[in-house]
Amino acid sequence: MRYIPHTEEDVARMLDAIGVDSVEALFEPVPAKLRLRQALELPPALSEQELLAELGALAARNAHTGTHEWFLGAGTYAHFTPSAVDALVSRSEFTTSYTPYQPEISQGTLQAVFEWQTMITGLTGLEVANASLYDGASAAAEGALMAMRTTRRSRVVLSAGLHPHYRAVVRTYLAGLGAEIALAPRGPDGRSAPLAPLVDAATACVVLQQPAFLGCIEDVAAAAEATRRHDARLVVVVNEALSLALLRAPGDQGADIACGEAQSFGVPMGLGGPHLGFLATRQRFVRQLPGRLVGETVDTEGRRGFVLTLSTREQHIRRERATSNICTNQGLCLLMATVYLSLLGPVGLRRLAEQNLAKAEYAKARVRATPGLDLPLAAPTFNEFVVRVPDSGAGALARARERGIIGGLDLEPFAPELGPAVLVCTTELSRRDAIDRLVAALAGRPA
Amino acid sequence: MSAADRREAVGNATRGLSYEEPLVFERSRRGRTGYSLPALDVPAVDPAACLSAQAIRDGIPGLPELSEIDVVRHFTRLSTWNAAVDLGLYPLGSCTMKYNPKLNERAARLPGFANAHPMQPEALQQGFLELCFELERQLAVVTGMDEVTLQPAAGAQGELAGVMMIRAYHEQRGERRTRVLVPDSAHGTNPASAALNAYQIVAVPSGSDGLLHAEAVARVMSEDVAALMITNPSTLGLFEEEIVAICEIVHARGGLVYGDGANLNALLGIARPGDLGIDVMHLNLHKTFSTPHGGGGPGSGPVGVKSPLAPYLPTPVVRRREGGRFALDRDLPHSIGRLHGSFGNVGMFVRAFAYLRSLGPEGLRRCAEMAVLNANYLLARLRGTYHVPYDRLVMHEFVLSDRNLADTGVTTLDVAKRLIDYGYHPPTVYFPLIVHGALMIEPTESESLEGLDRFADALLAIAAEAREDPDLVRTAPHHTRRSRLDETRAARHPVLRWQPLK
Repeated sequence: MRYIPHTEEDVARMLDAIGVDSVEALFEPVPAKLRLRQALELPPALSEQELLAELGALAARNAHTGTHEWFLGAGTYAHFTPSAVDALVSRSEFTTSYTPYQPEISQGTLQAVFEWQTMITGLTGLEVANASLYDGASAAAEGALMAMRTTRRSRVVLSAGLHPHYRAVVRTYLAGLGAEIALAPRGPDGRSAPLAPLVDAATACVVLQQPAFLGCIEDVAAAAEATRRHDARLVVVVNEALSLALLRAPGDQGADIACGEAQSFGVPMGLGGPHLGFLATRQRFVRQLPGRLVGETVDTEGRRGFVLTLSTREQHIRRERATSNICTNQGLCLLMATVYLSLLGPVGLRRLAEQNLAKAEYAKARVRATPGLDLPLAAPTFNEFVVRVPDSGAGALARARERGIIGGLDLEPFAPELGPAVLVCTTELSRRDAIDRLVAALAGRPA
Repeated sequence: MSAADRREAVGNATRGLSYEEPLVFERSRRGRTGYSLPALDVPAVDPAACLSAQAIRDGIPGLPELSEIDVVRHFTRLSTWNAAVDLGLYPLGSCTMKYNPKLNERAARLPGFANAHPMQPEALQQGFLELCFELERQLAVVTGMDEVTLQPAAGAQGELAGVMMIRAYHEQRGERRTRVLVPDSAHGTNPASAALNAYQIVAVPSGSDGLLHAEAVARVMSEDVAALMITNPSTLGLFEEEIVAICEIVHARGGLVYGDGANLNALLGIARPGDLGIDVMHLNLHKTFSTPHGGGGPGSGPVGVKSPLAPYLPTPVVRRREGGRFALDRDLPHSIGRLHGSFGNVGMFVRAFAYLRSLGPEGLRRCAEMAVLNANYLLARLRGTYHVPYDRLVMHEFVLSDRNLADTGVTTLDVAKRLIDYGYHPPTVYFPLIVHGALMIEPTESESLEGLDRFADALLAIAAEAREDPDLVRTAPHHTRRSRLDETRAARHPVLRWQPLK
């Protein structure tokens, strides 16, 4: 076994030092009748060469951005990642370390987390951010839980534009806590209908996704006005983090908590994970934050350094009274995002966001000009939008696949009231000629 | 030898060229970038016209401007400030810091895994679904459970899922149980996960031998108790010898037994939790199945259940249909619902699958055997010098305390910090809470005899230093860029982000 260094001679010497006569004897505390008498029924070991061939064959049965033109987003986005991201994140000083409990020999991880916390507060317009959460969906749930803790209320309003999977995860997390969940309707232009009628003195928060699942850009300031009137929290959920480079920051529009998914910042789509949940809030709620936090301090000689801090919120100290049960989070993914954002900088990120917008606007113009297609929702969008197709979403997407295109998401299971429709996402990877071919395929016209 | 000499000359950790590095923001120079965009091949647009002027932000504070070489040097330098498994022994107890094979990293980066989308058509993700199905099946074989979900993103989320399934199981039977039993040696995540289900926690004391005893469980077991959460081997590294009787007591009053699988490494191919009476358990792919810990994740926390709990598994579930096609089943009326936006930390599934297929049944058992051999060997070398609060044959890890050093004034924290000077990441310290001044050591199967001997020599040398020159130990570490950071100050006056000087 190439991962285990022991020779038979080593084993004999070690058994001798322990004072037992066999490896089997080490397991004497396990009652004999509980011990397995035969090998586990697993396939036999493979050499590295054989295994890579087997895994290569499995991977080859999945479509990916190298096999198709890609217009599917819906919470997981195909963006270009600079080569330096994987090169740096692959350094095994980062990959094979763990939670930085010993700050003297974990300053690399700790400083990177501190830099990430700084970046996410800047992007969200809020004052404090945690190290990370599992993904955007659990971040939305943690945002709602945090709002419940800070208001001591248990009614949660979810916007119609909250990603259906996020909505499901929020329900799962809140199911055991006696929370009441209300769903806000969608207005005719695709944005949430006015939220004020749904917010009352028992409401802990409104959870509003920006941009909404169907791509529409919400009026965050109006939602903040509605929550402020009853001292409820506004939780803004973002799952296309690149939109933060262009849209006014949630914190600047009155959000109390901004959370969501930062996969767009250099984290592979990877069939949905591992991704990068984030959560930011105002200073006054800092002691109610879930998850790890890194803070600045000094050492015995007054030199700046970083440590895990405010741990009295956490499960290993507070146990059942902790603000969450989180231990391991998404350390390596936040490192990817920190490297990515360092490479792009404020100017690069803004230009990238504008390019995404321009591609979407071009695609929408093509849709408008194509008989058989239309844009059923009037609200402005960022890089994702709904296209109504002539026959069925499934049929339109099948035509696109025949032309080597993953054309988007069939909305029939998610928003059947829109009629036959697909959710289309364009990014910097979407070339003009591919957009043209997509539009033709969706309409059922010759390529 | 003078104290100054001692500060220089110990263990493997010697001085080399090392770099100070400012925060990335302090390296920023306006006008630099590390990124190039392709030329726009569609008409440019005015964002304010497309959206509205008030929807658009001005600048983005908090992002630096750097060229690619600046970014590469910055993060390469930061990386040199970390201890890591690839640099040396990392005996963090209960975290199973074993070697992370490079093959697994290569597999996870195959474009068919890394660049595929969770919502692409099922017909175009058959390789992924087959991998999930096969990994679930193999994990079920290893644990002796009937079904497995891969969805939870970490062990703690697995616990949450498991307790939710327990709650759903009781509710389905019309029972409203209100309590969960948690031994006093448990990980903090256990009570925190139960509390997220609004359960009251009842602590169960360990016996004087460190084990959980059936009679202690019987004393607090009642029809109000939904479940007992148990870690086996325990956080003391001891196999819970009364596990079968304990499970019977809980089952007899209608309760279920949750298994915290953090310490499964000791039992691979030796015994199966499902055969011991465990009804539901999580695994940590980043511990037992060698996926990298990544400076604090991503992990992965699959959950295995016995058949009576299968209806409550999170949605969706991967099934094999006629003709060998794989499909996602969302028609699960009793499911606890979703826990993750997609399927979980898929990249970890690929790595863990590669690990299982590299080892096979004999290799897995060899892991457990050598992990247990290593732990007992280290214990044999350290017994006598360090106090062993529960001295018996251990599994994959063991717990020492600083009691024998009490007269020197040197504490567990000091020993841990001095170990850094010898080139080692310290063990888990001050946990489990039931041992005063605990040092919890888990060498894993990855370490060789000579590596263990060097580590034992270091701990023995530190014990000698504690008597000869306690101040040397109490002021350690001496070889690191920073020493004894002020955690009290960090918590009293939290500075959680960089801000430009006004």
